[in-house]
Amino acid sequence: MSTKMLRLLAAILAFGLLSAACGGDDDESAVGADCEAGQTDGDLNLYNWAEYIDPELKTQFEEEFGVTVNEDNYDSNEQMQPIISQGNSGYDLIVPSDYMVSILIEGGDIAPINRSAVPNLSNLADEFASGLPFDPDGTYSVPYQWGTTGLGVDLSVVGEDVPQTWGLIFDADLAAEYGLEGAMTILNDPRETMGAALKYLGYSLNTTDQGQLDEAKAVVADATSRVAAYESDQYDELLVSGQTSVAHGYSGNFLVQFFEADDPEQFTYFVPEEGGTRWVDNMAVVADAPHPCTAHAFINFLLDAENGAALTNWNYYASPNAAAVPYIDQEVLDDPIVYPADQSKLEFIADTGDFEIEFSDAFNEARG
Amino acid sequence: MTTIARPRNLGSRLLGLQAALVYAFFYLPILVLVIFSFSDDRLVGRWGGFTLGWYEAFWNDQELTDSLWVSLQVAASSTVISVVLGTLAAFSLERFRFRGQRVFDALLYLPIIIPDVTMGIMMLIFFSEGIDLLDSVGIEASKGIGTVTLSHIAFNISFVSVVVRARLSGMDTNLEEAAMDLYATRWQTFWRVTFPQILPGIIGGALLAITLSLDDVVVTQFSAGPGATTLPVRVFSLIRKGVTPIINAVSVVMLVASLLLVVVSLIVGGLRSSSTPVANDD
Repeated sequence: MSTKMLRLLAAILAFGLLSAACGGDDDESAVGADCEAGQTDGDLNLYNWAEYIDPELKTQFEEEFGVTVNEDNYDSNEQMQPIISQGNSGYDLIVPSDYMVSILIEGGDIAPINRSAVPNLSNLADEFASGLPFDPDGTYSVPYQWGTTGLGVDLSVVGEDVPQTWGLIFDADLAAEYGLEGAMTILNDPRETMGAALKYLGYSLNTTDQGQLDEAKAVVADATSRVAAYESDQYDELLVSGQTSVAHGYSGNFLVQFFEADDPEQFTYFVPEEGGTRWVDNMAVVADAPHPCTAHAFINFLLDAENGAALTNWNYYASPNAAAVPYIDQEVLDDPIVYPADQSKLEFIADTGDFEIEFSDAFNEARG
Repeated sequence: MTTIARPRNLGSRLLGLQAALVYAFFYLPILVLVIFSFSDDRLVGRWGGFTLGWYEAFWNDQELTDSLWVSLQVAASSTVISVVLGTLAAFSLERFRFRGQRVFDALLYLPIIIPDVTMGIMMLIFFSEGIDLLDSVGIEASKGIGTVTLSHIAFNISFVSVVVRARLSGMDTNLEEAAMDLYATRWQTFWRVTFPQILPGIIGGALLAITLSLDDVVVTQFSAGPGATTLPVRVFSLIRKGVTPIINAVSVVMLVASLLLVVVSLIVGGLRSSSTPVANDD
């Protein structure tokens, strides 16, 4: 080897050693551990779902604390997660869904919440302050908004007395009776759709029993022939524009669309009587957040009774904030779409660990 | 040219029909998009009367106009830099011989071949580790418009170099030699003789680079940081929350801008010498 090659090789080795040495540079104390209530350390970099927070609320925070709020959006948990877990994303606060919180905790990508910096945590309703399957003690996440997954229907097609059951999409006879063949959409989501089938059969949507999952797979496979599309984004628009008569989807999305329809009374949403998914989106502080104190201040700000209510009044999802209830618009509180009357059969989607892949496989096979 | 035993008239008519169908396939969806951008109905696809409201809404939407501005900045800077670097790369491959040339050639094709997602994840890891490395020597860096621009340059260089290389290889080198015989320096030769001849290729490469940069979603999503949301990324994230014809208005604006760009470049190209390469008489 010539001297030039040797020198090049030596340079590469040195570089490699240097980067290896830097790779394991971890701070012992968690980020945000020294923050005090209301303290800020720079602008807030928020990574959130689109249209999930009122721009007025952001402006209010900016004025109150003298910082700027930069918001960027992602359209799925799966898109947000690699960017955060890789590190150096630049974001302070993210809004992951329930099951994604467990994945982020396992990967060490989110920091524990410094409770002394968030005194408004006491405003949370009991069932959200602790006991959530993905974060039992609320160490890493703070609930943001919650909702349900169920069925939206066009009453002009199915009639006012339509049975509120998953059978509308899974039962061939019911579909024929109400003219739903080719006029329904189901969520393109393994856990949601397999979960709906499991609930229809009377099982838990977090089962790890292969037999039960196979039964659910058969149910979904049978529904595939009647489905117009497996759709996770436009289902509400397809319903309201008349192209479908029943749609499987998330509560808040339906509500927003129904308000915009020519005749809002024509449509309704319900969680079927067999039960369904309750999901909750949460706020979490990124492990290498550049401005953790501002992030904590923002969480505390949103947990304030009036601000929490403002959030719900704008995006029509349910609030986990018990103190906010007096400030939420009465029509939102009374709306069974936002706050379902019977919440006993609702389940959170929980991480089933190694069994997760079975859900995806079963769904892919059933979808065909 | 082989001849097929078929009546010429029918053949040309069928060809004409096929061409018309191809145009329809390309442009009918765009026409529908444009038409419904003027529809006064929240649902995309229903006609509710003529309105310019969606364009007004676009103009007033802070986040959309911010992301448009970011897109334009990234497109402009990444195009300029990648055109320069891409042209240099094309020259090195066409005009010189050096060790490792084949490897360089193959590497240059890589960004064209590999899937967007792979490229995105690569850039994500690269920037994350890079920031760590810079941090350890005391330089503060963060993901943002800079990292997005760098990723765009990364794939644009390849596309520009391919286009310019094609133009270079079809060029007549006699003119260059004649210029140098007449005492022109290499620099003068390049600017006065070579550059005008490859300019159509460079403009073509630049157009391609701008388009790719403005369109890009996946790589941008992975390389972006706070405050660096580009327009297509913003539009993509809105789909999850509900599409209104404002998306149509945004698309029409971008369409018109691209068309203007193409028209301008054609005019500029037309003002120069003809774009067909000078034939080599060997």
